Amino acid sequence: MSAPSHAPDSAEQAEQTDAVNVATQAREVRGDSDNRSLRQIAWQRLRKDKVAMVSGVVVVLLILAAICAPLLAKWFGAPPTQFHQDLIEPSTGLPMKDPANPSPFDTDPWGAISAEHLLGVEPVTGRDLFSRIVYGAQISLLVAFLSTVLCVVLGTLLGIVAGYKGGWIDTVISRAMDVFLAFPLMLFAIALVGVIPEGVLGLTGNGLRIGVIVFIIGFFNWPYIARIVRGQTLSLREREFVEAARSLGASNRHILFREILPNLVTPIIVYSTLLIPTNILFEAALSFLGVGINPPTPSWGKMLSDAVPLYENAPYFVVFPGLAIFVTVLAFNLFGDGLRDAFDPKTSD
Amino acid sequence: MLNYILRRLGAGLLLLAVVTAVTFWIFYVLPRWAGVTPRGMAAMYVGKAPTPEALDATVERLGLDQPVAMQFLEFVRGLLLGQEFTFGRETVECAAPCLGYSFTTNSPVLPQLLDRLPVTASLAFGAAIIWIIGGVAVGVLSAVKKGSFFDRLAMGTALVGVSMPIYFTGLLALAFLVHKWELFPVSRYVPLSEDPVAWFQVMFLPWVTLAFLHAAQYARQTRAGMLEVLGEDYIRTARAKGLSERRVIFKHALRPTLTPIVTIFGLDVGLVLGGAILTETVFSLNGIGAYAIDAIVGKDLPVVLGVTLMGAVFIVVCNLVVDLLYPVLDPRVRIAG
Repeated sequence: MSAPSHAPDSAEQAEQTDAVNVATQAREVRGDSDNRSLRQIAWQRLRKDKVAMVSGVVVVLLILAAICAPLLAKWFGAPPTQFHQDLIEPSTGLPMKDPANPSPFDTDPWGAISAEHLLGVEPVTGRDLFSRIVYGAQISLLVAFLSTVLCVVLGTLLGIVAGYKGGWIDTVISRAMDVFLAFPLMLFAIALVGVIPEGVLGLTGNGLRIGVIVFIIGFFNWPYIARIVRGQTLSLREREFVEAARSLGASNRHILFREILPNLVTPIIVYSTLLIPTNILFEAALSFLGVGINPPTPSWGKMLSDAVPLYENAPYFVVFPGLAIFVTVLAFNLFGDGLRDAFDPKTSD
Repeated sequence: MLNYILRRLGAGLLLLAVVTAVTFWIFYVLPRWAGVTPRGMAAMYVGKAPTPEALDATVERLGLDQPVAMQFLEFVRGLLLGQEFTFGRETVECAAPCLGYSFTTNSPVLPQLLDRLPVTASLAFGAAIIWIIGGVAVGVLSAVKKGSFFDRLAMGTALVGVSMPIYFTGLLALAFLVHKWELFPVSRYVPLSEDPVAWFQVMFLPWVTLAFLHAAQYARQTRAGMLEVLGEDYIRTARAKGLSERRVIFKHALRPTLTPIVTIFGLDVGLVLGGAILTETVFSLNGIGAYAIDAIVGKDLPVVLGVTLMGAVFIVVCNLVVDLLYPVLDPRVRIAG
């Protein structure tokens, strides 16, 4: 058993489809020779990659924090929509250093951080910033996960069919990928929010907004996954085990979903991990522009746009939500990179 | 070669047609499916709070009660031949290509859009030049000096670059570089033709901010591509026959690496030309993206439709330009085409 000679290099990515393609082949070769499956090898490599492990832990913590947002807010903060105007100096709208002696000249550029309010309070309303950021994680991750799932489902289905069937079906689907990539995504998202009325499919308010954003991302971003899946399927369908299944009289559906799809799980997981941060940024951008999540539901993008006019007097209000987005996206990116390197035989033992 | 050009042109036109159809579908058909009545649609198009009579007039004027196919024909006719709208006794013309007529400002959308195009174009081209040169240069250097301090620093920075929302970097830049340290002037957009120096000063920060995000992506991609190519046999051959390292890197390795980069470059420039919404918002630049956002806030739907369509046109056109550049970059295309 040979150990990796160097830590996987985060950007040493080969042409994507190719890399994972070889990975699937390597699985069989290596699995036979030293009884380790590709997943075991990858896991061993991943464990040696400190950056990936740390970012993986951060990702898990973020997900836990999002799920446990109500608990965290209860223990360490205040409900995210509760006003604390006793901490706000009324004439400037900024948090005060010493709420007992209100004075317009005694405002705190760091938002009156205290044991009750770990990250201080929002200007004007005095809502607890910590719990708003934790609740913001909920929305952000929810939208990112749902939209990624939609991308993956659409992309996998269309990619696998295009790759397996070939011919005119492949041509049509591949052209469609080009078309979908040619749309100005953000403009469309903004437009849709303006066009779709309240109450469609029984959705209103933020349910509807989340629905629209998820639909837009899923509907226009599936080609990224589809391209990878198609490339993989193209080579998988020529392999012996597919031929064997076919000669045993297996149906197309069986071959696609029982024989080929299991071999695609790894690349799909790797690229979904890299799609999540993109989708987080997209939701944040829409909320920043005021067409994403509606207030008073906390969202990082909206917080940043609220902070824009105040950034000189309340820098913390820019920094905390900005950092929340940055850390989350960075963690997912680093973890995704690490995952890809771990599964990539070219960064090999 | 001519064959190739004609085929790309044809594909571009087809793409344009599909994009138009999808845009139409989103603005006219989807709301109907979602249960919006013709009057409701009219309300989205007139803006402000209209009277029932005004709504009926708009329904009539835009043909919103017509079957979808008729509306689509009318929409396409407007694009190709122009349209006329009657307001009581007055008739307004929306010359071809009529991207729509804003009932809020009482003017066709296209001229307003073109008014703002210089701002967005300045932003797009300036930033694009910085990010393609910067990104590729950093990527090549990183690949050549793989594992060095420079490589790690550059790739670390690039990862930060792709993970930062542009409105966050933009805000930080404004807060520190403009307001705190006063390195850049606080001022509005100045046209290039009026005062090139002021234009440059105003645009510099938006350029760098926008370019940083893209350059990061390009650097990562270039590095990955270069590393792959540098492992190829023909590179070893080139080195073995005694070519200088510079020649190997720039002539033999960089060229195949650039092909996919140029493809993305075309898409990105097209996308930014259609409105760099976030950058324009953060830096208060009055470009196409800001126009779209204002329109959404003011519920001026024809403008949103116009901007969307225009944005798609830019992407298609830029893609076409890249397609036509391909044979120059990649001789295989020349022979195959």
